[in-house]
Amino acid sequence: MKLHEYQAKEIFRKFGIPVPEGRVVTSGDEALKAAGELNGPPWVVKAQIHAGGRGKGGGVKIVRTPQEAGSAAKAILEKPLITKQTAPEGRKVHQVLIEEGVEIDRELYLAVVIDRAMARPVMIFSQAGGMDIEEVAARSPELVRKQFVNPEAGWMPYQARSLVYGLDPLPGPETLKALMSLMALLYKAFITLDCSLAEINPLVITKDGKALAVDAKINIDDNALIRQKEMQPLDDPRERDPLDAKAKEYNLNYIRLNGNIGAMVNGAGLAMATMDVIKLAGAEPANFLDVGGGASEEMVTRGLQIILEDQNVKAILINIFGGIMRCDVLARGVLAAAEKTDIKVPLIVRLEGTNVEEGRKILEGSNLQFMVARSMAEAAEMVTKQVSA
Amino acid sequence: MSILVDEKTRVVVQGITGREGTFHTKQMLAYGTVVAAGVTPGKKDQKVEGVPVFNTIHEAVRNEGVNASCIFVPPLFAADAIMEGASEGLGVIVCITEGIPALDMVKVAGFLEGRECVLIGPNCPGIISPGKTKVGIMPGHIHKPGRIGVISRSGTLTYEVVDQLTKAGLGQSTCIGIGGDAIIGTTFIDHLKRFKEDQETRGVVLIGEIGGSAEEAAAEYVQRDFEKPVIAFIAGQTAPPDKRMGHAGAIVSGGKGKAEDKIRALKAAGIAVVPHLGRVGETVLEVMGHE
Repeated sequence: MKLHEYQAKEIFRKFGIPVPEGRVVTSGDEALKAAGELNGPPWVVKAQIHAGGRGKGGGVKIVRTPQEAGSAAKAILEKPLITKQTAPEGRKVHQVLIEEGVEIDRELYLAVVIDRAMARPVMIFSQAGGMDIEEVAARSPELVRKQFVNPEAGWMPYQARSLVYGLDPLPGPETLKALMSLMALLYKAFITLDCSLAEINPLVITKDGKALAVDAKINIDDNALIRQKEMQPLDDPRERDPLDAKAKEYNLNYIRLNGNIGAMVNGAGLAMATMDVIKLAGAEPANFLDVGGGASEEMVTRGLQIILEDQNVKAILINIFGGIMRCDVLARGVLAAAEKTDIKVPLIVRLEGTNVEEGRKILEGSNLQFMVARSMAEAAEMVTKQVSA
Repeated sequence: MSILVDEKTRVVVQGITGREGTFHTKQMLAYGTVVAAGVTPGKKDQKVEGVPVFNTIHEAVRNEGVNASCIFVPPLFAADAIMEGASEGLGVIVCITEGIPALDMVKVAGFLEGRECVLIGPNCPGIISPGKTKVGIMPGHIHKPGRIGVISRSGTLTYEVVDQLTKAGLGQSTCIGIGGDAIIGTTFIDHLKRFKEDQETRGVVLIGEIGGSAEEAAAEYVQRDFEKPVIAFIAGQTAPPDKRMGHAGAIVSGGKGKAEDKIRALKAAGIAVVPHLGRVGETVLEVMGHE
């Protein structure tokens, strides 16, 4: 689960990580008032959406008067913000963060993530802050420094020293101390809150030598949300595609994509592979949808409903491998779903696995319009025909 | 032959009294698996499908001589269940549970370091040595005893591939679902090393997907140290970046973990990569021939 910048900064504040003073507002008038209450000029006006690249997209403005803060916030709230990480039509901004400006001396990068191969947390530090860290890593890998954390020992001061004493030029002792303290606090927040990412970019050293988290990004491990009860209300469903949000209510693993062939599959790996088959057939998948390895009739029904709500869908491919779940049961599920929903697009069904013959008979014997594919290859051919027709 | 599990493996089911645990205990028994015990704390002296239930793994080991486990406990208790099994010296632990917090798995990984315990999963279908035993939730009947090894990060996608192999007349020595999470107990290389030593296994099918770099590492290992033929399939070529595709570990982030990079690395290592899911069986047959 992603958090907004302002939410992440509130968390940082609780953990003692220094952040600029700020207020979250939802209108130009509130922005004007907020700027009046904060130290300035300058002030910074920042769109709050779950997508990177806000600065380049026009979602971050530096202003000199409270009136400017008001009009900048109003402008950001009025039209969707388009960044390299949003959909082409952009995303509506519901909240804006107004912050006091800071006098920047240097911009650094600091983050904690879990390294998959090492199976432990890793602190990543760079003196090339304010930029895309992946680009820095690709261009000048020597500028990206890492410290893996032994989970039993936790974050140790020597690790902080080994990171900060690599800075060139070396900041003064008070700044070094502030940076090392901030690292320990960020690690503590990461572990305490079951984060999958805690990132400060840029981590600013101000002209008076203080360390400050000028941006903040926190992602919470979805698997840990169940025990991070205080984090649960921080979810902002407005940040999801409306169909993604609805699918989540249905407990479906669904991600909307830009194509026109809807796909319903049991199991995540098979769902991804089915999307690939659609692409190889010359079409584009409209979605990822995994109704679960042992899909029930109910999940199949809900899955079909979600796919049909996507107006771009021109044909649907249902690909089910019956394992423990029998194909005849699944075929009945598809029939029940088809009866409950008005399907106006061609439906291609490919069943394999346990009781497959019985399942196919049920489908072929029904009066609903199906095309039954007998193999993955045949399913792909049928998809191609639908696309070219 | 087979690796890790066979007809002599004595399985304890952790979480046997739960719905999933009970259902799959029945399925495993039907396949011929020796499910010798179950564990659910506080449920000692019950029986599930005729299998005696104990409070602890320690009791199950002492009374029934179990040496492998299959875990069905809920996500927040699964790390503890894995560590209990490992602390009692079980050689193979299969964790079916999906949704374990990543930091719990960090603890598990640290706990398992230096122990003689092979963790398969979590978030996996388990392991099967066809005709001998299955420790997991895969449908047994699509498998056929034979000489192809299968290692996969997925569930139903593995069934699809195994089904194609069986229909092509190619049986399997052992099929392992290593799990779809970011942190898993064992990965491709761990099992490739075992298949390398297994005289009966004549080739291996790898089924990977987006996220992480386990496929790239496997490619490097195969090129360096693995002489049997390897055929690979990678799911997720059309997956968009920064979206978790069902499995916790299936995500392209920061430009890393892309299918195309994995395919390139595998091909560079001389591994045949099947582009179309419908053609895995026939490609394996082309590369390895009939038995």
